[in-house]
Amino acid sequence: MTREEYKNIAQACRSEIRKAKSHLELQLARDVKRNKKGFFRQADLDETFSVLPRRTDVLLMSPWLAPIVWEGTFNRDILNAQYRQKNSVVGVATFAVKKYVRFIEGFLGSANKFFLSGHRVNFYLFTDHPEKVPSMKLAPEKRLFIIPVQNYPRWQDISMNRMDIISSHIRSCWRYEVDYLYSMDIDVQLFEHIGVEIIDTLVGTISSWQYTEPRENNSYERRQESRAAIPSGEGDFYYAASFYGGSVSEVYKLTTACYKGIMEDRASGIEAKWHEESHLNKYLLYHKPTRLLSPEYYWDEELIRPRIVKVKRLSSVHKDLKEVRF
Amino acid sequence: MVEPGPPGSSGGDSHDGKTGGVKGYLTKRHVYVMGCTTLLFSTVYVWYMSNGTSSKVSYIMSNTQDLDDFHKTKQPRMTYTKPQILKPSRSDVLMMTPWFAPIVWEGTYNSEILNEQFRRRNVTVGLTVFAIKKYVVFLNKFLETAETYFMVGHRVNYYIFTDRPEEVPKVPLKEGRNVVVLQVQNYPRWQEISMRRMELISNFSQQQFINEVSYLVCVDVDMRFTDQVGVEILSDLFGTLHPHFYAAERQSFTYERRPASQAYVPSDEGDFYYAGGFFGGTVMEVYMLTKKCHEAMMVDKANGIEAIWHDESHLNKYFVYYKPTKILSPEYLWDDDLGRPEILKKRRFLALPKSHAAIRNK
Repeated sequence: MTREEYKNIAQACRSEIRKAKSHLELQLARDVKRNKKGFFRQADLDETFSVLPRRTDVLLMSPWLAPIVWEGTFNRDILNAQYRQKNSVVGVATFAVKKYVRFIEGFLGSANKFFLSGHRVNFYLFTDHPEKVPSMKLAPEKRLFIIPVQNYPRWQDISMNRMDIISSHIRSCWRYEVDYLYSMDIDVQLFEHIGVEIIDTLVGTISSWQYTEPRENNSYERRQESRAAIPSGEGDFYYAASFYGGSVSEVYKLTTACYKGIMEDRASGIEAKWHEESHLNKYLLYHKPTRLLSPEYYWDEELIRPRIVKVKRLSSVHKDLKEVRF
Repeated sequence: MVEPGPPGSSGGDSHDGKTGGVKGYLTKRHVYVMGCTTLLFSTVYVWYMSNGTSSKVSYIMSNTQDLDDFHKTKQPRMTYTKPQILKPSRSDVLMMTPWFAPIVWEGTYNSEILNEQFRRRNVTVGLTVFAIKKYVVFLNKFLETAETYFMVGHRVNYYIFTDRPEEVPKVPLKEGRNVVVLQVQNYPRWQEISMRRMELISNFSQQQFINEVSYLVCVDVDMRFTDQVGVEILSDLFGTLHPHFYAAERQSFTYERRPASQAYVPSDEGDFYYAGGFFGGTVMEVYMLTKKCHEAMMVDKANGIEAIWHDESHLNKYFVYYKPTKILSPEYLWDDDLGRPEILKKRRFLALPKSHAAIRNK
């Protein structure tokens, strides 16, 4: 072929390639753009929206418009997409003191699988036996920090001092490391995914024991001498101290206030009925949570699960209280 | 969304690189500039969002002050019926979106608790309204009814955008409430006036509102308040369900359906159809919304297209991808021509009857 012909063919090829490339780039750019927004593609939802309610058997929102998280009321894909834009880190504070070290493996193993899967989490494990912590392989976005802590003779004191420890750790280092902080009991296991639906400014879990009880039967501290006292005729829900959290600043305020109440009670020679849980309930009555977790998020395994609790996400582990606490 | 237009003919080549039906007269330079602006905008947005979280952290130490007062100050006693887990407050309507935005209906909230929360924060609310040309006639009724029903007991600034400041009526105001008249230009077409609201709100948010109020509520002026519109509506970003479409299927929403427009929403996307006449949020969120909508409208203008429902179309597009944190039920924007369905327990903000032809182009 002549040089001329070759040139023409080459030019034609090049321009075809250029066209294809620019078309491909445009497609790519559009796809990337689309995928970003594609999180919100509603095509995956099996039903389109209307104003009909999804669950009519339970209360979905508190009177101060804080959502109550129940299965079937939220779309985790949308929430994940919103959460990823914020690039946040979540911290979990948990305590394994004395015999409670036996629960570490079950907790960490199930949390690694089911807790905020795919998102960054720092587990802060406080223990008086750091050598007894089993070595565990965690998912890449999960990290474990083992922090030695002293134990106390009384299990009630161990429980109540958690507030002080959390408060001082937020002040000294966690506020630089995490955006949200959750306090969880160690003697639990996760059975279902707990995801970003729990992330909000101040989050409390409704206790699985008392959610149907009228106010008078809730185990609030009622003795006026205690700092945790809630007058009769007041109270929204009974919150479980086994799982609460929120933004670092809100949890700081909560734990500091609760521990202050605990110290003042000690000085007065009184101890609240349910220890730090009583103080937590008082705090959350006057500083209402911005999101509430249904009993799905902390289920006491001694109870028979009713129909309204469709999913058991986190449940206490069966144990002999007398044996493990003393 | 400000999308750069399709690349026009690449470089200076003679052959056609045009795509679709849009006149591809945008050169590479235009695309580059628009791309940079978008990048800059989104960088600022991302920076703001990340700063938003970490800046809260630095307040930890200063906020320990109110901890000391926690036990000393007597918390106001509030007695109300205990919320019941097994008794939903309303079972006839959707109370919450799948992304946990409450949908505000009568019976779902306790005003006393909410009022106490907002008063503790000493919140000031800005209400923006546009009375251009003959629309000034609506101001009297609007302001009078707002005094009776809007954010009662809280501090309010009424921001009245008008081209006829001398015609703004002097309505007696309760304590803690002010009228601020902002003089602006008018436009020949009513569609233009409607759309320019976005630009004006975004400019004034940045220059003035951010220093004066915590929340902005942006509404139409040809309305009257007939029942309580209070702090239950306030959230980071909220929109209102359009009274015509709250029960409609997604495909029948009157989103802009032409891909050439920036307001385009595909037929399998979209959660709700929101009304252009009632939206709001924190000043920062409203600023971002109005800025984005205004920019999108300018891009459309440059491309020679106008969205089917003007600023409302762009608002709806924004809400598909930046979901509101709270949604107001049609109780908050109703037209009596639509009757009184069962689910509507209250009508709080009603359209006034008016002759559109007479009022719009004078």
